[in-house]
This record gives sequence, structure tokens and C-alpha cells, in this order.
Amino acid sequence: MSVRPVIVGAGPAGVRAAQALVAHGLRPVVVDEAPRWGGQIYRQPPEGFTRPKQALYGFEAGRADALHGAMAAILGKVDYRPDTLVWSAEGGKLDVLHNGAMSTLAYSHLIVATGATDRVLPFPGWTLPGVYTLGAAQVALKFQGCAIGSRVVFAGTGPLLYLVAYQYAKAGATVAAVLDTASFADKAAAVPAMLRQPALLAKGLYYLGWLRAHGVAVHQGVELAAAEGGERVQAMHWRKAGREYQQACDAVGFGYALRSETQLADLLGCRFVYDPLQRGALPERDAAGRSSVAGVYLAGDGAGIMGADAAEWAGERAALALVADTGGHIDPMRAALLERRLARTAEFRRGLERAFPFPVQWAAGAPDDLVVCRCEEITAGELRRCAADTGAREMNRLKALTRVGMGRCQGRTCGVAAAEILAQACATAPDAVGRLRGQSPIKPLPFSATPAFKQEAA
Amino acid sequence: MKPSPETPAVPGKGPALLQRVAESGRKPVGFVLNGQPLTALAGDTVLTAVLTHSARLRFSEFSGEPRAGFCLMGACQDCWVATESGKRLRACGTFIEEGMRLVTGAEGLA
Repeated sequence: MSVRPVIVGAGPAGVRAAQALVAHGLRPVVVDEAPRWGGQIYRQPPEGFTRPKQALYGFEAGRADALHGAMAAILGKVDYRPDTLVWSAEGGKLDVLHNGAMSTLAYSHLIVATGATDRVLPFPGWTLPGVYTLGAAQVALKFQGCAIGSRVVFAGTGPLLYLVAYQYAKAGATVAAVLDTASFADKAAAVPAMLRQPALLAKGLYYLGWLRAHGVAVHQGVELAAAEGGERVQAMHWRKAGREYQQACDAVGFGYALRSETQLADLLGCRFVYDPLQRGALPERDAAGRSSVAGVYLAGDGAGIMGADAAEWAGERAALALVADTGGHIDPMRAALLERRLARTAEFRRGLERAFPFPVQWAAGAPDDLVVCRCEEITAGELRRCAADTGAREMNRLKALTRVGMGRCQGRTCGVAAAEILAQACATAPDAVGRLRGQSPIKPLPFSATPAFKQEAA
Repeated sequence: MKPSPETPAVPGKGPALLQRVAESGRKPVGFVLNGQPLTALAGDTVLTAVLTHSARLRFSEFSGEPRAGFCLMGACQDCWVATESGKRLRACGTFIEEGMRLVTGAEGLA
């Protein structure tokens, strides 16, 4: 059988995987939904934008430039397919959509590097215009040269919270406040584990210090109460130590760290296991990135949140596994080095989770009229009533009965929150309520989408 | 009385949601929003083109409340915008083109 590797995703993991396959004489197909490579973290602006990489990526400019250059150098040696959405997959072929035309793409081996999106826990008013994820706030700035507002509140928790606030202030936007649900004590307790990567810890402290030095109010240990507004957001409300506060603003960026984009791995039949650190189910993989399905490899944040540097190492490591599995020769020292780096990052990752813990009390504080699913506008109260009235104790049952997770986002936005609400309603833990199964198509297809090939008559 | 969608939310400020802070030297691109001719910049997404003039992309099919996108990276599917001919575009992942005719005014249009 000839080796026909396909890589899904052209972020840090996908690009390094492609580079390693090319170095071993293979010619992978690289499929990416974005118009240019780089992923979300190193997303490149459209043609014609002029800001230097230093302005776009800050401390990460060198890494971004190296990753962009690595892909540019192998473009003649890969089959690169940007603007291409993988919307379904099974048994050796992917269903893809490009320029409104559908086609299938066969693979012998597949590296899934689908990345991550913001982990969202909603608050009343989160559907108001002007309320975006932290990632969205960053995309607006990096990819479009826009701020999401002129007076912005950043809220939630995680490393991205301080980074985006810093980037906005540097870009000339007014950061009205930073509201962190993690406390100072959480961060202090995390220092020992985070000292494993002192440069990353130093960067985090730098952003916080810079914001404070520039007069930005940073409130830690808060609980987000609500966004207020009519046609758009006008204020953010929060609680701290039993008192209510509010801040006028015209935009809010929020999120609680990241969640892995696992729906493709799910359609491929990969076995999932609950990960307590991520507070959700992730596809199983060995240290090299092999999934439970032969010929399917997982790398980067799409397989578990480890950050961009680790994604590069995991992408390369998965590619080496693919080469070795198809009879090629790899450098075992290099493979071992990558695995050691990944193991160290996993330790650091535990420190990050300690510094910016998931707000485990969120579901208990969510009011019944809170919209959990923004596609179908299903409230926390509807989910709780369903659990109480029907005895539903499992996510797919809840989905069938309430339509939560059945809308256009397929649970990518609401899945985490819905699982928390169901677990709270059932007085159990999120690992006991199962996970939303991925369904094809994982993203909506336009009715006008046309097959690029003739279907045989049935 | 419910304010019209184009009423500035902040007194003295326009209705635009997004604020340009960089890259303003790009070539202008003309498009039409709810019948009104407007200007975007080459390289703007449909989302940027609309929200630098307005504060919404569509109305929710269920509550009728305005929406203006959420994740900007193709995951949440909140930013679908209609063209005058009834085609739907995912605004965060589609670039604005000269002469595009977009509609954000009709209830229920997604």
C-alpha cells in the first residue's frame, strides 16, 4: 500500500508534522480551514496588511516567524489546501468543502491537528453584540487590525486573559478592567510547578505588571455576574467577597482557558477517556501521538491543551511515528527528546491549571433563565427541568430531549457548560454525564454546496 | 419605545461595534448594507466590514435579539449573514468583495 498521509490543520502542530514528513521523503496533503497557515496563535493577516511580526505576535514573534518560514519552505513539497473545511470522515476518507464544492480526500494515514477554541461558561447577557471570546478579541486585532470596542472589559481566567488585555492596551484600546475568576492565592500556589518553564511564568507576570503599571484595574478572585445592555453591551457586572460591582464598557472579551476541538477524532472512531485536568473527555493517544485507531495520529491542542510550543513538538513526534509505522527510518534520539519535552510541558500544564483553575462552582451559580446554548437558546432551567422530569443523566440523552448541542455549533460553544449544568442537576461530577458524540457534518454546509464529482446512480 | 438598531448605544458614539486601530491604509472596497452604500477595506472579512458600521450581523431566529458573532474563528457559527439574493455567508470567514449586497435587517434571517 502506498503511503498517502493527510494532515488536518496548519497551525503549529500541523506545520511541524508536515515538515517532518517532507524531511522523510513523504508528500503530505495539508488541509486547513484558514486562508493562510499559522493556526490561531500564529494566524497570519490577509495579504496587504503591513504590521511587522513583532507588533502582531510580541514575545512570540520569533516562533511565529520560524513556523511561517518552515511552511513556506516546504510549499513545493506538500499538497497544501487552504480554505478547505473537513466536515466528515470515515474509514480512510475525508469529506471536504472548498469554494462551495464538496469532494472526498483519501488517506492512508492521518494526522489530526485541529487545535482549540475558547472554553466558554456563559453569564446572563453573553449573547449581546459586543461580547466575544478572548480568542475572538485576539483574532480581531491580529487578523483585522480592529479592537472589539473602544472600552473593553476582559474577563474569565487563563493565560490568554492577561495576554489579550496587554495586546489591546498596547494597540491603543482602553482596557476598562481585567476580571479574573482565579485568585491571587491560586497563582501563588502554582508557582512551584510553573518554575519548570520560568520564561513562560516571567511573561505572565510581565503582562500583569505592565497592565497594573499602566493603570488598568485588575480584579482577581471574582465571579462574573452579567453583561448588561440592549442593542449592545454597555456594562459588565461581577461579584467579589459578597459585594456587587459594575464597570461601564462597550465590549467584553471572555473565556476560561481553552478546549480541544475533538469532533473529527470522534468521527474517526478514536477512543476517548475523561481527563480530570481538562475536565472533559479527550481522545486517547500514546506518548508519540498514536490514537486508538490504526493510522490516525493526534497532535497539538486538538488532542489536549498543552500550548503552542508543545504543539510543534507533538506535531513532529506524531509525524515521526507515522514514518516509523510505515517502515521508514527515524532518529530515535530526536523522538525521545521530543517526548521528554512534552512530558515536561505536561507538568507545567498542571501548574497552569492550578494558577487559573476552572470555576467549579459555576453551575451552582447559573440562574435558571441563563441561555446556555446560543444557537437554539436553551436555558439552564430547561436543562435542569429535563434532568428532573425525564431522569436524563447523560449528555446525548439531554441533547435529544432539549436540542442543546444540536444547533449550528454542534456543542462546540455550549458543550462544556451544558455538561456542568447536567452534572450539577444530577448532583454528580462532569465525568459521570458522558460527552456529546460528534455528528457529521461537524460544521454547517450551505444548501448550494455541490459535489465536485458525479455520484453513481443508486 | 425600543430604540432603533442604528441608535448609538453610547451617547456621542456611532453604532459601529468594531474599532479600527491599525492597518487603515488599505484599498477601499464598496459594498451595500441594508440598501446603504458603505466602504470597507480590502482584506476585511464580511464581519469586519459590517461591524465597523453597525452593531449587528443578524437577529436570532428564536428570541429575535441582535447577534454580532462570538468566536471569530469559525467554530460558533453565530455570524451567518444574508445577502440580498438570500445566500448565507459565514461572516468571520468570508472576505468582503466589491459590490457585495448584504442584509442584516430582517427578523429571522440567519
